[in-house]
Amino acid sequence: MKPAPFAYKKARSLDEAIALLGENPEARLLAGGQSLMATLNMRLSAPSLLIDINGIGGLGGIAHKSGAVEIGALARHTDAERSATIAQHAPLIARAMPFIGHPAIRNRGTLGGSIAFADPAAELPACLLALDGEVDAQGPKGKRTIKTGDYFKGLYETALGPQEILTAIRLPAADSNTRIGFAELARRHGDYAIVGLAASARADGKGLKNVRLAYFGVGNTPLRATGAEAALARGDVDGAVAALDLEPHDDIQATGAVKKHLAGVLLRRVAAQLMEQRP
Amino acid sequence: MKITADSPPVLSILDRPNSYIGRAVPRPNLQRLTQGRGQYISDVTLPRMAHVAYLRSPHAHARIVSISTEAAKNAPGVVAVVTGAELAKVMTPWVGVLTHLKGIKSAPQSPIAVERACWQGEAVCAVVARTRAQAEDACELIDIVYEELPAVTNPETALDAGTPVIHASLGDNLCFERKLDVGEVDKAFANSDAVVEATFVTGRHTGVCTEPRAVVADWNEGEQRMTVYHATQAPHMMQNLFAKHLDLSESQVRVLTKDVGGSFGIKVHTYADEMATVALSKLLKRPVKFVADRIESFVTDIHARDHRIKGKIGVSKDGIITAFEIDDLTGIGPYSVYPRTSGIEANQVVNLTGGPYNCPNYRAQARVVFQNKNVMCQYRAVGHPIAVAVTEGLVELAAAKIGMDPLEIRRRNLFPDDGYPAQTASGLKLEQLSHHEALAHLDTMIDYAGLRAEQKKLRDKGIYRGIGFASFIEVTNPSAAFYGVGGAKITSQDGATVKLDAQGAITIHSGVTEQGQGAEAVLAQCVASSFGVSMDRVRVVTGDTDNTPYGGGTWASRAAGIGGEAAWQAGKALRGNVLAVAGAMLQAKPEDLDIRNGIVVDKTTGAERLGLDELARVAYFRPDTLPPGFQAELMATRHYVPRAWPFAFTNGIQASYLEVDTDTGFVKLLRHWCVEDCGTIINPQLVNEQIRGGVVQGIGAALFEQCLYDERGQMLNGNMADYLVPMAVEMPDIDCGHVVSPTADSELGAKGAGEAGTAGAPACIMNAINDALRPLGAQPLTDMPFTPGKILAALGKI
Amino acid sequence: MSMDVDITITVNGERITERVEARKTLVDFVRDDLGLTGSHVGCEHGVCGACTMRVDGVIVRGCLMLAAQCDGAKVETIEGLSDSGELADLQAAFEQRNALQCGYCTPGMLTAAQELLNQAKAKQSVPSRDEIREHISGNYCRCTGYHAIVDAVESVAKARAGAKS
Repeated sequence: MKPAPFAYKKARSLDEAIALLGENPEARLLAGGQSLMATLNMRLSAPSLLIDINGIGGLGGIAHKSGAVEIGALARHTDAERSATIAQHAPLIARAMPFIGHPAIRNRGTLGGSIAFADPAAELPACLLALDGEVDAQGPKGKRTIKTGDYFKGLYETALGPQEILTAIRLPAADSNTRIGFAELARRHGDYAIVGLAASARADGKGLKNVRLAYFGVGNTPLRATGAEAALARGDVDGAVAALDLEPHDDIQATGAVKKHLAGVLLRRVAAQLMEQRP
Repeated sequence: MKITADSPPVLSILDRPNSYIGRAVPRPNLQRLTQGRGQYISDVTLPRMAHVAYLRSPHAHARIVSISTEAAKNAPGVVAVVTGAELAKVMTPWVGVLTHLKGIKSAPQSPIAVERACWQGEAVCAVVARTRAQAEDACELIDIVYEELPAVTNPETALDAGTPVIHASLGDNLCFERKLDVGEVDKAFANSDAVVEATFVTGRHTGVCTEPRAVVADWNEGEQRMTVYHATQAPHMMQNLFAKHLDLSESQVRVLTKDVGGSFGIKVHTYADEMATVALSKLLKRPVKFVADRIESFVTDIHARDHRIKGKIGVSKDGIITAFEIDDLTGIGPYSVYPRTSGIEANQVVNLTGGPYNCPNYRAQARVVFQNKNVMCQYRAVGHPIAVAVTEGLVELAAAKIGMDPLEIRRRNLFPDDGYPAQTASGLKLEQLSHHEALAHLDTMIDYAGLRAEQKKLRDKGIYRGIGFASFIEVTNPSAAFYGVGGAKITSQDGATVKLDAQGAITIHSGVTEQGQGAEAVLAQCVASSFGVSMDRVRVVTGDTDNTPYGGGTWASRAAGIGGEAAWQAGKALRGNVLAVAGAMLQAKPEDLDIRNGIVVDKTTGAERLGLDELARVAYFRPDTLPPGFQAELMATRHYVPRAWPFAFTNGIQASYLEVDTDTGFVKLLRHWCVEDCGTIINPQLVNEQIRGGVVQGIGAALFEQCLYDERGQMLNGNMADYLVPMAVEMPDIDCGHVVSPTADSELGAKGAGEAGTAGAPACIMNAINDALRPLGAQPLTDMPFTPGKILAALGKI
Repeated sequence: MSMDVDITITVNGERITERVEARKTLVDFVRDDLGLTGSHVGCEHGVCGACTMRVDGVIVRGCLMLAAQCDGAKVETIEGLSDSGELADLQAAFEQRNALQCGYCTPGMLTAAQELLNQAKAKQSVPSRDEIREHISGNYCRCTGYHAIVDAVESVAKARAGAKS
């Protein structure tokens, strides 16, 4: 099991990487590589050129500024796991981090890579959706910011253009009224979940408002459960479970019916986290 | 640094000065492995070595209409592109049957498919190139036209008249059938107070050795000799098979095993791609290396345990088991695997079901059918996990039905400890087992009453924990009854050659092999003990047909019991020879001398008389100083084979304590225990680690592992992300306990311990889950693996 | 564009300049080109952990990185970690406790465990058995059932914590 031949180029700047993408339509970007490399080894993907963006400076930072947490595309999972900024201002990311793969994977895998790859069973895309974050991208036409609502388009498909590179993700910084919840069910720790749920809300007296529930592992993209969000905002957990309108497909680990049932179980558990949580 | 003692040493009657029997001594050969300085077959490189990659059939069943290889032949680095038809000129096909499995049949199998591919993953063409990557590149350039044929995938309908026959020459899809009817089964069921029936399914799973299968074959045209570096458990068996199918004499074939990255029965079979690699080396007159990658391993390493068993048990209201009945159906792929056959597993299910229990009425039927999936064959604890699941599942279901404690029903039916020798209903001869003592030990070890109290208290809080048990017997130390009588050249005897070197150190050459079980440590312990030196003066050589006595290798829990006994005897023989030399040198009677800590001493006083280094110096360099006519023999060979009993059965009982999340169907394992009796314990640490590792393989079967196929014969989860092997965090700590009933068949009295863990764990987990869910009225779960979905379904939640 | 890449890489303290195929993984490079066969290939898709080694001080999957990516990097394999003596107590614990059987997963397992032990030392804590189990859950062992490995790592964690105080 060896990759098909490809060329390799280490990009020194975003502009260089963008230009290389333009010149080589069959090229792929290499960031952490923790998903891509496996598909290359199995010859499920055979790009003509790998453009290694790991050497591009300035893309690895994690910063709290203007009420937001900005995470550079090349920040590694481990960086986020150990970041005081993430722990304080993006607690949902901190909560999700131990569920992602294993230490050796987290040492290499990047947050930008995970969001760009947009695996529907992965934790971080769902967190981004739950937090209503945004994505910075740079392409031949310059920079732009994409709201999460516009970002996830389909199975492994995002709003990023063929020559666009994700440069950062931005999340609203948590404050004392921020409530978050996270749970997933995987048969083995570190595996992709059968179903998972990332959630955020704002405390509203004893209740909740702005509830955002983002499921993963139940569709082609991370999916919001808007009916359940509204019910939770009313404090109606049973109603929230009843309002779940997910229609997950069968996969290797579970049938759609099992996933749907488990989504309801997770909703109760995450709702409890949202409601009980106090800073 | 403190290492917690793993288990108190079990002292043996064989204790003498320098005895290592019963002591948890560390394995002497481990530093090489912890430092990354082992040499596995995948590490072997030879001058002129080329790499082979196999193009594999994407279809479960297809006629090969044409193969176009021109583009591949011209690809960079390619040495040769070889089809099945071309390789058939170098190597003859084989048929996996044994004469003692009456009626078993199979079709000739070729190293590379000729005309027809019979499972998804069967090799259809070989590319040999300078690198594996180049070989894979060229595979993509081969154009094969297939005509897809109907795939037989469902064993339930494999024998129906409307189902296509996979091998027309065989007439039908039946590989093997066995029926047994002992005692008065119908009458026993009729007279039972309760009869319980259930259908058990054991999921098709596979070994997933950490190191995939690997072989480097080196045909030396100048020597007319084939050297095969082969990650195998049975080098002499493979020597015979390579020679036979290449039309060579066995003396023209040498097999070396080196370090082997896990085996578990996976590496004791004939694999078409490994045979093809050896044939390619002969054809190309240069070394050829094949290392299965993980993806091809999943569709070519033997699978096992794909059984559906309808089971029935009768009991009286006081818990006496009146009868067992089973109907086993298993699909084994398109060929019976050579040379051990794919009939043995079902045969073992018939032999072993009901095995721990003194119940005279037993009826069994087993049918083994062909199908277009990867082949199945013997994997660790062959047939045991299936038979134990059926037996122990039925026993606990029966106990629940009559309201009896699961340990109590066992106490009332297990063969009595003082009633041996005994014979099971299926005819297995049991020399001496200890079911009741093992059960009593377990009862105490787990604090059964305390666990039940905790379980009850937690149930009131909505926490559902279960306690499950599995009694078992295990086949070990097989005699010729296993394979030899069926005509296979798989030896049941084993040999050991022990020699004293010129500095007074010992080397032992043994026919058993090491894949991590600790066989080499056991051999060193046996020789050091019976000869009388410290273990650091003993070096062990295994895994080389040129340099070891003819032996069977390591499988069926035979290395310690058979290889260890041969080593023990060889050490004793050499001790006699050395004392004869010492007697001659010291003008003493050999019987008045002993060897202790590598020094010849006066037997009664212990006074030191002569160092072995001095003895060796004289014997090798100054034999002229020895008495006239005296010849020193500083090398001794002994062989051993069990004769009094066909198998040395072991026994034991396991317990599992687990918690089921009744909302999610997830199972959390809290603790696992195993008490077993493998006779004399040569090294308690190694025994315990065999049990622990085996238990976790059994847990894999119960909760995680299954080779999933669709109805067209495509494997759906053939990678390590989707096929779930047990990883550390989901596994429990495992406590081990022992009872010791030595076999009288050997002087050491050691039986095997390699498979007990795997034999009992799946049943134990199943019973614990059902115990946890019984108060909720859940349907009993009998279909492994027990996924969250199946548990939720049993609870009526989906 | 070239399918080969020139790299200069420090492996176990030794500076090496090689031309490698762009597609060659780091583990294939150290095994095939450098003869460092202590790093093992188990799955080549990032699940089994047999190829775990250190790059620039942190553990990685050798099958999920390209050698070409390691230009300028510092790579440490089991051979280097053994020769330096860094793992000596952990290796001894594995040997004493029989925390390895076939040994194929062992170099990766040791390398992964050492990262946890280093983190624990930095935090002046001793990891629990569950924490040890979680940390090594990306390293597959088919032989031991993990119990002995957890014992060995735990004993070293305690010993190192004790030695420090």
